[in-house]
Amino acid sequence: MATNAADAATNDSGVAGIAGAAPARAARAGTSVSLRNLTRVFGKTRALDGMSLEIAPGELVALLGPSGCGKTTALRIVAGFETADHGEVLIEGKDVSPVPAAKRDMGMVFQSYSLFPNMNALDNVGFGLRMRRASGTRRRQRAGELLEMVGLSAQAKQFPHQLSGGQQQRVALARALAIEPRVLLLDEPLSALDAKVRLQLREQIRNLQQRLGTTTLFVTHDQEEALSMADRVGVMKNGKLEQIAAPSELYAKPATAFVAEFVGTMNRLPGDLNGGGTVTVLGTAVPVQDGAPESGPVDVLVRPEGLTLAPAPNGNGIVSNRTFLGASTRVTVLISGDTEIQVDVASTAAAAMVPGTAVQVALPPTPVLVAPRNT
Amino acid sequence: MAPISALAVGRRKHGAGGGESAGRRRTSFPVWRWVILLIAGVYFLLPLYAALRFAGIHAFGTVFVQPGFWPALWLSARLAIITTAITLALMVPTAVYVHLRLPGLRRLLEGITILPIVIPPVVLIVGVLQVSPGALKASPWLLGLEYVILGMPFAYRAIDAGLRSLDLKTLTEASSSLGAGWLTTLWRVLLPNLRTALLSATVLIVALVFGEFTMASLDLFVTFPVWIVLFDQLNANMSVAASIFALVVVWLLLMLIVVVGTRQARRTGGGQVNLFTAARTDTKGN
Amino acid sequence: MARTDTVDVAPGSLADPGVTRVRTVRTVGRGITRLAGIVPFTVYISLGLLIPMIAIAVGAFKNPNTGAFTFSNVDIATHGVYLTGIRQSVILSVLASVIPGIFGALIAYAIFTAKRASLLRQVVITASGVFANFGGVPLAFLFIASFGSSALVTGWLNDIGLNIYNDGFSLYTLSGVALVYMYFQVPLMVLVILPALEGLRPAWREAAENLGARTWQYWRYVGGPVLMPSFLGCVLLLFGSALSAYATAEALTAGTIPLTSIQIASFLNGNVIAGQENVGKALGLGMVIIIAIVMVFYVLLQRRAAKWLR
Repeated sequence: MATNAADAATNDSGVAGIAGAAPARAARAGTSVSLRNLTRVFGKTRALDGMSLEIAPGELVALLGPSGCGKTTALRIVAGFETADHGEVLIEGKDVSPVPAAKRDMGMVFQSYSLFPNMNALDNVGFGLRMRRASGTRRRQRAGELLEMVGLSAQAKQFPHQLSGGQQQRVALARALAIEPRVLLLDEPLSALDAKVRLQLREQIRNLQQRLGTTTLFVTHDQEEALSMADRVGVMKNGKLEQIAAPSELYAKPATAFVAEFVGTMNRLPGDLNGGGTVTVLGTAVPVQDGAPESGPVDVLVRPEGLTLAPAPNGNGIVSNRTFLGASTRVTVLISGDTEIQVDVASTAAAAMVPGTAVQVALPPTPVLVAPRNT
Repeated sequence: MAPISALAVGRRKHGAGGGESAGRRRTSFPVWRWVILLIAGVYFLLPLYAALRFAGIHAFGTVFVQPGFWPALWLSARLAIITTAITLALMVPTAVYVHLRLPGLRRLLEGITILPIVIPPVVLIVGVLQVSPGALKASPWLLGLEYVILGMPFAYRAIDAGLRSLDLKTLTEASSSLGAGWLTTLWRVLLPNLRTALLSATVLIVALVFGEFTMASLDLFVTFPVWIVLFDQLNANMSVAASIFALVVVWLLLMLIVVVGTRQARRTGGGQVNLFTAARTDTKGN
Repeated sequence: MARTDTVDVAPGSLADPGVTRVRTVRTVGRGITRLAGIVPFTVYISLGLLIPMIAIAVGAFKNPNTGAFTFSNVDIATHGVYLTGIRQSVILSVLASVIPGIFGALIAYAIFTAKRASLLRQVVITASGVFANFGGVPLAFLFIASFGSSALVTGWLNDIGLNIYNDGFSLYTLSGVALVYMYFQVPLMVLVILPALEGLRPAWREAAENLGARTWQYWRYVGGPVLMPSFLGCVLLLFGSALSAYATAEALTAGTIPLTSIQIASFLNGNVIAGQENVGKALGLGMVIIIAIVMVFYVLLQRRAAKWLR
């Protein structure tokens, strides 16, 4: 099996291949996909609990969540490999639930090792066309086009066991796209790959998807992947969709505490609710975002970059640790009351804050997310 | 919305009906599989039934008091014990060693252990009788030694399957990093995790010893299978009863092992018990 | 352990040959100690398997009276009634390997797709383990009691007008023996092909379906080709097993059909023409050679299968 260094080395040709190739045959105009109220129960667990989602034509929606949240189940229901107990899937407004998987005209890329081992790359890519009774010449031609699109023309005659993980997934992608699918489904396609290869493939998949305009549903547990690739990201937990929004909105305005803490890092600061839409935290009163609880002990959720830090002999915290991240440094501060928080500071400024330095942590007066306190 | 989904669900649940030949849900158990299993069931159970009818149920009661029954059974039992002990003591360390240190030889080892299936016992016994020293030839233990060879394919497959379902390298490295010697690792770490494999290897060996006729008869020892044949000349009913008895006992033993093994595996979180095969832990995604 | 020691030595320097020599000795030494772990096994196999085999090979070429080297044993073993025996044995083994091979594969597939924990699957697998070892007189008896000329099933078939014996069937012919052989060959096939079936990844099935393939198309383009080497290998294994079977054939035919394994046994029993005592060994050697060739193909097929079913 070729090493993943081969992937790194061919990145240039891969990207160039995508950017510089002749304009691809336009895929069919984007298809809208609708998931309505999907429910799926396995014994005692509700894998999906009334999940609904609308995907616009040409959009890439990522489903993000921890294992067991139902994202893969939802994808497999759309693909036709599983049936929902309730609810339906609509493609262009038509219910596809009674349509068998083989006839749904969707391209799917699996997590790993889904290439047929007895066929070389070219035959793998052409398989879907063979099922559609395309002639041998047409198959080879189209397969060749797609392999070029993913930058693997040279590997056309190679067998899966001779290809590296990254190359295999690119062939799998080509195979899924060869049939000009209405919808592209990706089931954690990058999880089994090396970090470096993962980054390159992310770009390639996104570029291809945008060029072809194929509606895409992408499942992942890696939030960086979801945030960097998707038009919209849906965060799932326990079979329910907690929030679906563009990546920036998801990050800046998380709808629930779960989303806030799952996406990016989030600090929890104890606060006291004042009536009238403010909360007192770190000694100051700041406005509260919609949806906050009315009363009771609360925690205020703030991002590391949403706090300011400055050395102060009578400050409210002491630096306990620093993690150098390059341009910024993540400083861990112990606030009075045994609360530990993380603040992102420019590395030049952080240089002076050795562990043990007394500092003052402060909050700008922007509305904050408030959640009931964890006991 | 609700009526449509109900209809759709209903149609889905009825699978292949309604002109969706290509849409048969893989979750439903298609007819042809039951047909195959039915034919197989008939083929295997019918002769048993016919033999039982012929022999008569009461034959089962009296078979135990026939002359020579117990000595023959006892001989086979002793052979089974000795064979099992030697096989496990020999094959387990070897298999572990090859898996860990000589992975290149795995294929060769597999090939060698397959040989006894295809080397005719009738040929083997000829050679063995020729080269063994007189003292050994006179005792039944020669048979035991050769049964180890005969049982190797099955025992090795069971042990190998068990080893492949463990992360052998990681376990042994963890164990030795904590200070355990080779033997301790084998005894305290590996063997407990190989319990099912060892049990299934044992039962396979027992099944072999209680079914092996060729070498025993040509070596002129009256083991249980040989006794069955000899007795057949006198009383067919009894020997049928005896052979079915042996068959059923071994089958029950195996089922027992699987049930106990599954319960144990479930407790330790290991999941499924698989005899003779290495379970693939492929999941269909998270 | 990867050897990471590299010593940059100036070519032609005095140190050069010395370093290489030491390294070679050390490596060889390390290699030998590594093999030490499999010594017990190797010794056992040699004593229990190899040496008897060598004894047979040697004996096959020995004149029983003078001890001199001779080809006469081999000559007799490959002509006349013994040649017929070899031919019959091969035909029987082909019958008793291909048919149970297909049937066993179907059964294995039928239970393989059942859920892991299902009772059905466990019952079939354990039954296979037991029946694969069942043979000889008890087995012969079971079939005589059901398919013999005055037996149960024959009687049933007569009742519905099918007289199989009139149509030429007999339990004591090659086809009859093959029918009985299936009783332990089919379970053996189930046992040996299950691991290969478990090597079929569900992702392949789903990918094929997703690309529009129906069940038969999946099997024709993916499942079948991938399984074929394993399947053929297992059939070869069954062939070897059928060829070496003795007790069942003996019990059924009592020597009426010439079969090599029975002929070899008769040499041990002393039913032998003077001067031909070692012909049995020649026959045995021949059998082992045939099987060795079969096994070579088996190994090659398994290697091909392993490449794909990783």
